[in-house]
Amino acid sequence: MKGRVLKDRLATALLWACMGTTLAILGGILLFLVVRGAGSLSWEFFTQPPRDSMTKGGISTPLVGTIQLVFVAMAFAFPVGILTAVYLNEYAREDRFTKLLRLAVRSLAGVPSVVFGLFGLSFFVIFLKFGSSLLSAGLTLGCLALPVIVGASEAALKSVPQDYRDASYAMGATRWQTIRKVVLPAAFPAILTGGILSVGRVAGETAPIIFTGAAFFTPGFAKNLFSEVMALPYHVLILATAGTNIEETRGIQYGTILVLLLVVLGITLAGVLWRARLRMRSTR
Amino acid sequence: MKGDILPRRIISGVALTGMTIMIFILFFLARESLPLLREAALSDILAGKEWYPTYEPPEFGMLPLVAGSVSVTVLSALMAIPLSLGVAVFLSEACPRLLREFFKPALEILGFLPSVVLGFIGMTVLAPWLQESLDLTTGLNLFNASFLMGIMIVPIVASIAEDSLAAVPNDLRDASYAMGATRWETTTRVVFPAALPGILEACLLGIMRAVGETMVVLMAAGGAAVIPESVFDAVRPLTSTIAAEMGETPVGSGHYHALFFAGLLLFLFTWAINLFAARIEARGRRWRS
Repeated sequence: MKGRVLKDRLATALLWACMGTTLAILGGILLFLVVRGAGSLSWEFFTQPPRDSMTKGGISTPLVGTIQLVFVAMAFAFPVGILTAVYLNEYAREDRFTKLLRLAVRSLAGVPSVVFGLFGLSFFVIFLKFGSSLLSAGLTLGCLALPVIVGASEAALKSVPQDYRDASYAMGATRWQTIRKVVLPAAFPAILTGGILSVGRVAGETAPIIFTGAAFFTPGFAKNLFSEVMALPYHVLILATAGTNIEETRGIQYGTILVLLLVVLGITLAGVLWRARLRMRSTR
Repeated sequence: MKGDILPRRIISGVALTGMTIMIFILFFLARESLPLLREAALSDILAGKEWYPTYEPPEFGMLPLVAGSVSVTVLSALMAIPLSLGVAVFLSEACPRLLREFFKPALEILGFLPSVVLGFIGMTVLAPWLQESLDLTTGLNLFNASFLMGIMIVPIVASIAEDSLAAVPNDLRDASYAMGATRWETTTRVVFPAALPGILEACLLGIMRAVGETMVVLMAAGGAAVIPESVFDAVRPLTSTIAAEMGETPVGSGHYHALFFAGLLLFLFTWAINLFAARIEARGRRWRS
């Protein structure tokens, strides 16, 4: 009897140790980056473009570039993702075609990000002749975000009670009227949190944009969809691997990483908190 | 119901986008990679040990790249999966409720850590430390990249595995406790086996992520296209080869097609893992509503 209880205690301790190790490593990395990067943050760091072959100045151009990329990606992926989820949850019969569609979305979710980059290069950049541009890179990121948004939206639509739909049909509403006026409004907040989380993913991605539109350096912001953009994650890579004086720009590197973390983890945190609030309200 | 037909058609049409993208990815990967077979035999590509795509004549042996991908994946899975399962079991079985409400979202947020950040840590912090403390020629190696890759996939594997543990009905646990079993006995003999399909799926999805991850290996693995003989050798996985070389390659050259071929291998490899995971999950599904 005693041995069994002892074993149980030891196992519990081991489980606590696993959690502790994980949080210590990841938390340690975050803390280290915050401490190293905090000194570089200033108003000028956010508002000035890089100067003197990127050894001085701020990161305004990559920061704005990342925001532009996210906008292009979401302008494509958000509506398409929601409508795909509406189709899967509201219209589709469980037939072979629907199965195939679900398989495609799941497969898309597993495609390595660098393969998305190759696809973007061969399709958007070369085949559609968009060139290396904000549009090509944004659409490539949009393809990557699509399955995430479909998944979140479908879960949101599933959680709308069937009673809502039945009540709407009983009033004589058509299926589209029911979807537009009853189902989508009820599911929208949850759909939006899924969208926010996918923004967090898109903003931190590097591999898909390296050869589809991210620029080493641009003198100003991207003026239109067909200009190249700088992006925060790519800027980190460039500063760390291809700068003219890597040691000298360490401060800027840690500062850029901290801003990237603030953007990505900040957006994610907002999405997670909002989702938690929605869940609390719905269980009440 | 005239007004109902148009929206239905539009939505059905838009819903095809995902499938279209998937087909296009396959098509364009094939279109850009198959011309390589005119320049080199398939056996030389898959089994060749020399990767010198810019030499004259070029050598397109991808075995070292595949070995790089496999070694990083296996080593990071060995480090990450036990830890991830420990975290998952902890969160679902042993964690006090209030703490769980904090740990679970924290873990999820950490899963969003951009990989370029971990690659940077590998380059600037871990590599010099490894080099100094173990007296290596370079700190940028298989071990460095695998360690960081492991850190990256722990939150992903732990989250999915925890979902499947938490989905096991409490009746099973209660029945086990009622027989006098301890929590550890209940976990290992009742809950864990019941959640096994979902846990296997979590591990496979983690492995899939590790195979396809680019930035960590690009920045921390050292980049030598050789088959590694020790964990402290530098490696050059498929992903980092593509990311590092595509920029300087003329479109349509043999090297260009070879990099797409590497992408095709990568795609087929991860796709197989993904489909296998989906199959395991679907076969074993018991508690999902």
